[in-house]
Amino acid sequence: MTEHRFDIPALKSKHKLLAEYTFEKRPVKLGYNMRTLYINIDTLEIKEKPVTMEMKKKFTGGKGFDLKLLWDAVNETTTWDSPENEICIAMGPVCGNTNYPGSGKSIVTTISPQTDIPIDSNVGGHFGPYLKFSGFDALEIQGKAREETIVYIDGNKGLIQIFTAPDEAIDSHILAEQMVDMFAENERERQHISSVSAGRGADHAWIGCLNFTYYDKRRKAMRLKQAGRGGTGTVFRNKRLKALVVKYSGLSGDSNQAADLEALRRTGLKLHKEIISLDAQQCRMRSQGTAHLVEIMDDYDLLPVMNFRYGQHPEAKKLASWVWEKYFTQNIPDGCWFGCTLSCAHAVDNFELRTGPYKGHKVIVDGPEYETIGGCGSNTAIFDPDAVLEINFYCDTYGLDTISFGTLTAFLMDCYENGILDKERTGGLEMTWGNWQAALELMHRIARGEGFGLIAGKGIKYMQGYFVHEFGADAKFLKDIGMHGKGLEQSEYQSKESLAQQGGYYITNKGPQHDEAWLIFMDMVNNMIPTFENKAEALHYFPVFRTWFGLQGLCKLPWNDIEPANNAEQPEPNKVPEHVANYIDIYNAITGEKIDKTEMLLQSERVYNFQRIFNLRMGHGKRVDDYPPDRAKGPVTELEYESRSERYDKQLQEKLNVDPAGKSTAEKLKILRAYRDDQYEKLLDAVYKRRGWTNEGVPTVEHLKKIGMDLPQLVELVRKHQ
Amino acid sequence: MKLLKTYKEKCTGCHTCMSVCSKLYFKQDSPEKSCIRVSVDPESGFTLNVCNQCQRCVAECPSMAISVNKLGVVLVNKTLCIGCLACVAVCPTHSMRNHHDQIHPFKCIACGACAKECPAGALEIVTEEDPT
Repeated sequence: MTEHRFDIPALKSKHKLLAEYTFEKRPVKLGYNMRTLYINIDTLEIKEKPVTMEMKKKFTGGKGFDLKLLWDAVNETTTWDSPENEICIAMGPVCGNTNYPGSGKSIVTTISPQTDIPIDSNVGGHFGPYLKFSGFDALEIQGKAREETIVYIDGNKGLIQIFTAPDEAIDSHILAEQMVDMFAENERERQHISSVSAGRGADHAWIGCLNFTYYDKRRKAMRLKQAGRGGTGTVFRNKRLKALVVKYSGLSGDSNQAADLEALRRTGLKLHKEIISLDAQQCRMRSQGTAHLVEIMDDYDLLPVMNFRYGQHPEAKKLASWVWEKYFTQNIPDGCWFGCTLSCAHAVDNFELRTGPYKGHKVIVDGPEYETIGGCGSNTAIFDPDAVLEINFYCDTYGLDTISFGTLTAFLMDCYENGILDKERTGGLEMTWGNWQAALELMHRIARGEGFGLIAGKGIKYMQGYFVHEFGADAKFLKDIGMHGKGLEQSEYQSKESLAQQGGYYITNKGPQHDEAWLIFMDMVNNMIPTFENKAEALHYFPVFRTWFGLQGLCKLPWNDIEPANNAEQPEPNKVPEHVANYIDIYNAITGEKIDKTEMLLQSERVYNFQRIFNLRMGHGKRVDDYPPDRAKGPVTELEYESRSERYDKQLQEKLNVDPAGKSTAEKLKILRAYRDDQYEKLLDAVYKRRGWTNEGVPTVEHLKKIGMDLPQLVELVRKHQ
Repeated sequence: MKLLKTYKEKCTGCHTCMSVCSKLYFKQDSPEKSCIRVSVDPESGFTLNVCNQCQRCVAECPSMAISVNKLGVVLVNKTLCIGCLACVAVCPTHSMRNHHDQIHPFKCIACGACAKECPAGALEIVTEEDPT
């Protein structure tokens, strides 16, 4: 690994202390601190806010607290770069336990530069749990600093400092090491430090992400986990934040002061044993992480290839899991939080970079995870694993979301092939399929804030408008092939043949990501939800259920990327009922409450509807906002139709009773597209009905009453839209 | 490496070893707090379960709280342990113990106290080649 030696005294000598605040150290009780931390980096106000019983009851924690705090901070005209916009980071009552796998997540929310509505993005690493055990259930950062700033929270001393930091690096892989060198007083303390940072890419792009660090004791190096989606890093850098740093050294096996520690340990141990004995036969998360999905998606025609045109590619095996397994440093647990035996956070050591400002450096690359491989690999027809790794590394250190970068680069390559772009328009970048050098150069230009990089970094929605306006491009065609919803780039699965997944992507609160619902196998492969009502039920249950992870500070993966041996014999195996019961058990064990599954889902449904109404408040959140690009619904070009003509011809015959014989591809494509448009409209109708929303996608007052979320502000707002 | 070797055919099931162990470790005479466990085996009389110092748990520990000393004995550092019990789950012989009275797991450290007290000579501290 290329070692960096920093002159920490010199860096510190340039610091100017702007504000200091001391707080009473109090242990977490039953999973809660019952206070949050507010910091304004412009006015330098630092204060504690109590968590009321009402807030706890309605918003539960984590993403719920985030959204509540953000709601109170902004107004209807707030944009991503308004000073009142906030970066909120919250954890949840279950977060930070070391007993149950996947319990170290924190959730970041802000008004997104890409979508103009709240984005929420969950992330591993140690910052969230250390912040929680330092004394706060959530952190709000408001205002814009006047100079480059670091916020330091010392949970051991009960001390918060804001100081200027002119000379520290911006790119995360350097800054993370500087922060640990600066704040750890000795080798033992390095594990107690975690920071949040973005990178130079986030200075110029709207797809900026945040890196949450943790000290890898075995590698003796900082690792980076990303809150990837929706531009959280962009807002962070717009506030002139270099880093948030926390130090906390008191972690124990009962830092949440659980009501019933033994029940928590018993449930955790049960899952540990399940993972240890079954993972190798199931998802191989411990050895491959989410990379195990590549060949599965390719086999099922679900891997995004060439801007989602296709779902398979003969070269996809070059990016298959067994390739990555050889890259990953194996045989050590690579968990992003203590006690996660699923340990999916793999990394590649000593990777030598071939481009950019760190060319020749040997670095650690965190990942790649499936989404990065799909987005920055197959979707751009880059089938060179070294190139994918390099894109992965630079995305992380520059603070750019690999999903958005992959999907937008695929869009650019599609535009290039279709003559909308050429070398002149891209500033010399030959954006042909598979050209990894061009993809990386594009990213370096984003990081330098240079030329076409500035345009591309703003995402597909912005580029669509720009290309129409500046280059006279066909707006309809760009709409068809621009894979975003609400302004957020789609994550890396083909939804063409699964109507339910089209809803899972696009009838969502924040845009097409995969953290609300992944229904493709249930729908397309196993045909378990054939009717609109079935699909609507799934699009009610799964988004609501999965919201609960965000309320608690939990990772989704140990829910269904490992399953009990007898899961298939259980009723509704897709819900993994034993694991759902585990979650209720650990929540009750920590908080001392006695919730059941009904209350669990209600906790989620309250926050899910709140977020929908938050969107409405910001001028969105209605039916018109829930439509996919046509390529998410099916083929939009004759080329695509012909690539799967047997499938589509059969559908015309069987579903529409149309004889394809004698019809041109253009005619058949038109009929198929009209059919799929109609199907999607019917899906919207069914889903809104099931969710208790109007036909325009607005929660009804009656529904808010039913779920106990009829707060006066919400009722007043939705009434205007009933 | 140093380990506690067991000879189940000599065991009479008196449980002296468990008593000695739990008293030494926890100052209590409690079978659930013994690193070594004696159980009835319908076919051969008794079975003895105790850590064989295989080190499988060492790599699993996320806080690097489990180490091997120069004699090859696997030790849990309570200061570093965060009580996740991953080591208990991963132990191939089910010899890493946990008890609700304490956060940290516990295991045989081949101290030999039980072997000295065993009236049947069913336990012995030996030094074997490290198979790894």
